[in-house]
Amino acid sequence: MEIVRSQRKSSPSNAGVVTSLPLYRSAPPLEVRLEDFELFATDRLRVLKGISDGLSRGKKPDEMERLVSDLWKANMRHPLTSEVVNKDIISHFVLRLVYCRTEDLRKWFLSMETSLFRYRFRFENPEAQRALMSEFDLPYRVVNNAEFEIMKEKLGQVARSIVQPLPTADAIFYKVPFEEVPELVAGRKVFLNKGHAYVAMNQVVSLVATQFRSQLSKALILTNRKWTSTIREQEKDRLAPIVEALCTSYLGPDYSQPREFAEISLKDIDQIVKSSFPLCMRHLFEKLREDHHLKHGGRMQLGLFLKGVGLKLGGCTCILESRVLEKENISLSPLYLYRHTHHSILSLVGAERFDKEYSYSIRHNYGREGKRTDYTPYSCQKIISSTPGVGDHHGCPYRHFSEENLRAALGKMGVNSRATEDVMDKVRNRHYQLACTLTFEALHESSCDAGINHPNQYFTDSQKMLQLKNKSPA
Amino acid sequence: MAGGEEEDQNGRDNMVIDGYELETPELWQGKTIPDGFNANYLKVYYGKLFPLADIFKWMSYGNDGKHPACDPSYFGRREFSFTLDNDIYLRFQSFNNASELENSIREKCPFKIDIGPVYSVDPAKRHAYAQSGDNVFTPVERELIFDIDMTDYDDVRYCCSGADVCLNCWPLMTIAIKVIDIALRDDFGFKHILWVYSGRRGVHCWVCDVKARRLSNEQRAAIADYFRLYKGNENNHKKVSLMGPALHPFLVRSYTEVLKDFFEKKLLSVQNLLSTEERYEKILEMIPDESITSELRGKWQNNRRSSSAKEDINVVRWEQLKHLLQSGKQKAQGLRRCVEEIVFSFTYPRLDMEVSKHMNHLLKAPFCIHPKTGRICVPIDPNHCEEFNPTTVPTLCKLLEELNDSGLRPDVDREWDETSLGESIRLFRSSFLQPLLKSCKEEMENSYNVKLQQSKNTLSW
Repeated sequence: MEIVRSQRKSSPSNAGVVTSLPLYRSAPPLEVRLEDFELFATDRLRVLKGISDGLSRGKKPDEMERLVSDLWKANMRHPLTSEVVNKDIISHFVLRLVYCRTEDLRKWFLSMETSLFRYRFRFENPEAQRALMSEFDLPYRVVNNAEFEIMKEKLGQVARSIVQPLPTADAIFYKVPFEEVPELVAGRKVFLNKGHAYVAMNQVVSLVATQFRSQLSKALILTNRKWTSTIREQEKDRLAPIVEALCTSYLGPDYSQPREFAEISLKDIDQIVKSSFPLCMRHLFEKLREDHHLKHGGRMQLGLFLKGVGLKLGGCTCILESRVLEKENISLSPLYLYRHTHHSILSLVGAERFDKEYSYSIRHNYGREGKRTDYTPYSCQKIISSTPGVGDHHGCPYRHFSEENLRAALGKMGVNSRATEDVMDKVRNRHYQLACTLTFEALHESSCDAGINHPNQYFTDSQKMLQLKNKSPA
Repeated sequence: MAGGEEEDQNGRDNMVIDGYELETPELWQGKTIPDGFNANYLKVYYGKLFPLADIFKWMSYGNDGKHPACDPSYFGRREFSFTLDNDIYLRFQSFNNASELENSIREKCPFKIDIGPVYSVDPAKRHAYAQSGDNVFTPVERELIFDIDMTDYDDVRYCCSGADVCLNCWPLMTIAIKVIDIALRDDFGFKHILWVYSGRRGVHCWVCDVKARRLSNEQRAAIADYFRLYKGNENNHKKVSLMGPALHPFLVRSYTEVLKDFFEKKLLSVQNLLSTEERYEKILEMIPDESITSELRGKWQNNRRSSSAKEDINVVRWEQLKHLLQSGKQKAQGLRRCVEEIVFSFTYPRLDMEVSKHMNHLLKAPFCIHPKTGRICVPIDPNHCEEFNPTTVPTLCKLLEELNDSGLRPDVDREWDETSLGESIRLFRSSFLQPLLKSCKEEMENSYNVKLQQSKNTLSW
């Protein structure tokens, strides 16, 4: 490792070219303050999450390019210019720790970081790009003139098929094993001959991204080994809680404060559930009504949602039972929805009381105990990644329902059959939030550009839209 | 169930798998062997005909030799899985050598043998490694495989549907073999490719080059996507859409070298693609220009007689359609592309993508017997795949009859030679196994030399 580096330093070709894009080869020997450790990571996570949302919403490459640029500018700045690169590197390595721990986390991180790298590579100027390429030590050779002449026709055919200008005589093509550029192969964006792909200069980002990805993938496995063998135990009281909490933390708007909506009276509740609850909450609500009982996961998911919604049922009390919480500060069963008054079907406690009395201690608790149990309403990401078991009704219907049940549920909501097919299509491709967005759009007959990221956002957007409709007599 | 047991009893009495017992008159009277498929026939097949040694050689990829670069654990890390009678399914079987495999097959007499990947550790001992939690048990090598099934073509064949195949629809498989085989060799540079009849309604492909065996899932998916054109969807009539101002060279070659000819010279007539209103409407739906479709519709509706005795009505109509779409008047790129889209829709291979994308997918071993048809999963020569006829593939019964007829042979090792399986085994060896083992040996030699060189360098350094 050391030797390789010194060789590279001595190579004259890239001397002087400065790029701000690090390759994250080894962890920096830097002192990091604990706040920065978490803060930087959260900032980077916002970028990655934004990329993930953009991709799952099917944004086109040029839109993605703008999005990544904006996300990076918005989140990854640092008041000290000298610290910008450090923030980049530190946040990357913190998130490596966070996302090395399971196959699913690794997969997500790997693909988001690779996307990020890909776009940042594109922002670099050609000299910097070439310098980065040589950093990777890519052993590929440039197609020479004689070979270019032979292949010219085919290369032109490929260029036309992907609507690119025809290659000129001085165009640079790299001849690489096809395995190195899977995405170009998958899209039939390169000419293949006898196992070699002919990669045009404007496609090298794929080559570099593949290298980046495979190095990061290996690194994540190693990090995971270190994590399980030593770090987790060593950092039990310091970093481990932060690391473990970071991957499920939700970074969108805070829905833990009740929203300002007109008080909802009991007789309206059914109407509200129908018009503005996302399917996951509607289902839980109906199950609660049918069975007068929900298991823990469902109670948490629905209860926190209702708290965020600020549902006040006139006259009735609504109890968020928090004795357990108060006494033991543990994460289990802090919340019960009680069937309390004799004439109400559902009884809920005023959310303000809960907030006033307990929020402070919960927040306080986070820092001190490091339990970091999340008492903010669950985000879609959290709901989607939950694992409901026998008798559980929580989770994301788009992910956890069978196709049949989902179809039935959508039908019951009033989604027409064409929209249902669109939703099912998203579900098949595992775009659960998009499926929910489409459901929202079908029911509200208007578009939801931001997409659905949070059940409480679903509710808020729905209410806004309905109020708008009521005001303007169509 | 009762019937099955009775048969079982019968069989066991007569076949004390000693080989020569076969001549006992009760079961083998005359020449006829009761039709069908049962464990007793299978026992004889595995004992006398199934080319187990060849399969072992193949799956060892040269690691069964004495070369210092051999990995003696290689074969033992391969997953086999057996489907037994009554749908009992045994996964993660592994064997250290040919005789272990042979004994197990003889003892269990599986109705179906599937081959899985080579794992990092012996799959039979996977639980012992599971506790470490660190994904030690993971597939490390697997042939690149393709599975093409005739049921996926039901909307473009009118002769049969579902599990049935006949000589009128089989050309669809021939096309698939040709298109994919050419691309695997010319585009991807693979050499060791085995095509196998799946025993009923499709074909399997095994790409066995070392480079293919070590592809990651992502790379496999990329190859599968390279081949993907058909996007089946019940709500979308146009199942193939060719975008962009030009086609990728792979598609151009497939079209000019395979698809076009097969469509025009074979499928058009044998499938009667344009003979009735219902059928030509399906094709007209793919043309986005109202005036053209109504012009063609007018011609075809009023003019049924025009199909004179000598000219096939499908061919005549196809020429009319082509003429209209490709005449100089049609400037729109989309319309000219329409002819190609129709041909692609009716001919282009439809792969079961999932099979190819993941290393840990199982695939039925060649030379197995399909329990429903009794046909042997024989290799198909891609260079002569037009000649392959699925309806004449030897069946288990036929082979046993042949075995019976050939009588007592002193040369027990090569009993298959006398049966119609002989040709298939010879093909397997000459066109696949021998070249494969030769290159395995070379690669082993090369990698060993490289290693030697490296270790020398390290020493001197």
